[in-house]
Amino acid sequence: MNTKLDLNAIRNDFPILSQKVHGKPLVYFDNAATTQKPQQVINALVDYYKGYNANVHRGVHHLSQVATEAYEDVRKKMASFLNAADSSELIFTRGTTESINMVAFSFGEAFVNEGDEIIVSTIEHHSNIVPWQMLCQRKKAILKVIPVFDNGVLDFEAYTKLITNRTKLVAVAHISNALGTINPIAEMIKVAHEKGVAILIDGAQGLPHGKVDVQALDCYFYCFSGHKMYGPLGIGGLYGRKSLLDQMPPYQGGGEMIKEVSFKGTTFNELPYKFEAGTPSIADAIGLGVAIDYLDNIGWDAIEAQEHALLQYATEQMIKEGGITIIGTAPHKASLISFLVDGIHPFDAGTILDQLGIAIRTGHHCAQPLMDRFGIPGTMRASFSFYNTTEEIDQLIAGIRRVKQMFL
Amino acid sequence: MTIADKEAMLVDEFSNFDEWMDKYNYIIELGKTLPVIDEKYKTENNLIKGCQSRVWLNADFDGKIITFSGDSDAVITKGIANLLIRVLSGHTPDEILAADMSFIDNIGLKEHLSPTRSNGLLSMIKQIKLYALAFKTKASLTN
Repeated sequence: MNTKLDLNAIRNDFPILSQKVHGKPLVYFDNAATTQKPQQVINALVDYYKGYNANVHRGVHHLSQVATEAYEDVRKKMASFLNAADSSELIFTRGTTESINMVAFSFGEAFVNEGDEIIVSTIEHHSNIVPWQMLCQRKKAILKVIPVFDNGVLDFEAYTKLITNRTKLVAVAHISNALGTINPIAEMIKVAHEKGVAILIDGAQGLPHGKVDVQALDCYFYCFSGHKMYGPLGIGGLYGRKSLLDQMPPYQGGGEMIKEVSFKGTTFNELPYKFEAGTPSIADAIGLGVAIDYLDNIGWDAIEAQEHALLQYATEQMIKEGGITIIGTAPHKASLISFLVDGIHPFDAGTILDQLGIAIRTGHHCAQPLMDRFGIPGTMRASFSFYNTTEEIDQLIAGIRRVKQMFL
Repeated sequence: MTIADKEAMLVDEFSNFDEWMDKYNYIIELGKTLPVIDEKYKTENNLIKGCQSRVWLNADFDGKIITFSGDSDAVITKGIANLLIRVLSGHTPDEILAADMSFIDNIGLKEHLSPTRSNGLLSMIKQIKLYALAFKTKASLTN
């Protein structure tokens, strides 16, 4: 396989990858759950706590100003990464889950009434189902679900028909965490907007694999997690269209999100601070900024090419090996494969692969409605990052062969 | 044979395995060959919900001893479930409640009992102990 990436150099940036697990070299194929962190990101966290840890936005002292500047620089960087019109449209959260909950609450308070409809899809992660169920329960609204074809592609025609004049919002994943399907979000956004409906994109699996332009997409809400894109845990974000965010009430109350507080009443701060109650994860945000720089430096074309090559190689090898059923065969897929080894429970196979040093995910991937749709208890999922190699995929295939010998 | 005797036997059996592979092969063998639960007991009530594999456990009490049977859709889980049943089935509620289950550790399967493994085995032990407690209470009420 030809790749422009210097894989040795890249792998050296990720200290965790060189370790052994159960005496075998670690093969880390659980990147859709969380990606590993380059030394540059780890250093950024250490540097922050060693050199300029201080609370942001409120200190007159030097450290606070340095920390505030670094924190706000990341907001600008993320906003520009997403091509947001204004950096105040970028709200820091703990991650995708919090971002979705924020919109479900605040958008719901502002716009959703009894009898209104929210649309999600069958392939959503629980994080993009449960907050909407909670909203529907609170407001006596109705949750509708876009069906999925056997290959893991959403039924687009059914989607367009689901939108009615009672629909207030569509919430859909950019990329399915369980199947890898890349949804046609540009077209889905267009259809929703033509009918005057807001749409939220769960980008937890989307942003790690390629750049997103929220203005080109005409996207109203895009949610993401830093830890799935080589940044620290505990930081993520919500991109929201200013015109909408301005109409939405705050999600949580506390410090930072207020303008003035008295016991007669409180006035709220402006965007983005209105939605950032409490002391934010400053170090983690700074680490995320470093992760973005790291990815930009490698180059998104090279990242996409390497991930695509790994997906293609793994798919070919699995088909060649036989006795493996790939769940989710959409024509447009991100670099992850959900599969079953025929006749073997995913937990059994995963346990043996773990003993061989291979980290994959087994289970329902927090997408139980999707597993029910396919009539399976769960799958095994190998998700690849640009730092993975074809040799590692060979080890996975050898591991699967070993599993078959043990169980069949 | 007491629970402690059975535990000692199992620890002895497992001490023959040097390689993790042999140990797992043995558990897989147990999972494949040991008697499964009667289909009629595979009910929602008897289902212990683990995150990854489903485990069923049935308990019968004759007034003196409890007989357990169990099953799982995953072979390794079933093998380990059968080890638990082998040790704890056929004993009085008091004996079962007193069992410290340290043999799991001694045969090198502790990792399977970590709550984070979410394979239902920890819940299974809890369920076994709950049955013992319930039957003990029931017996003391009828006596």
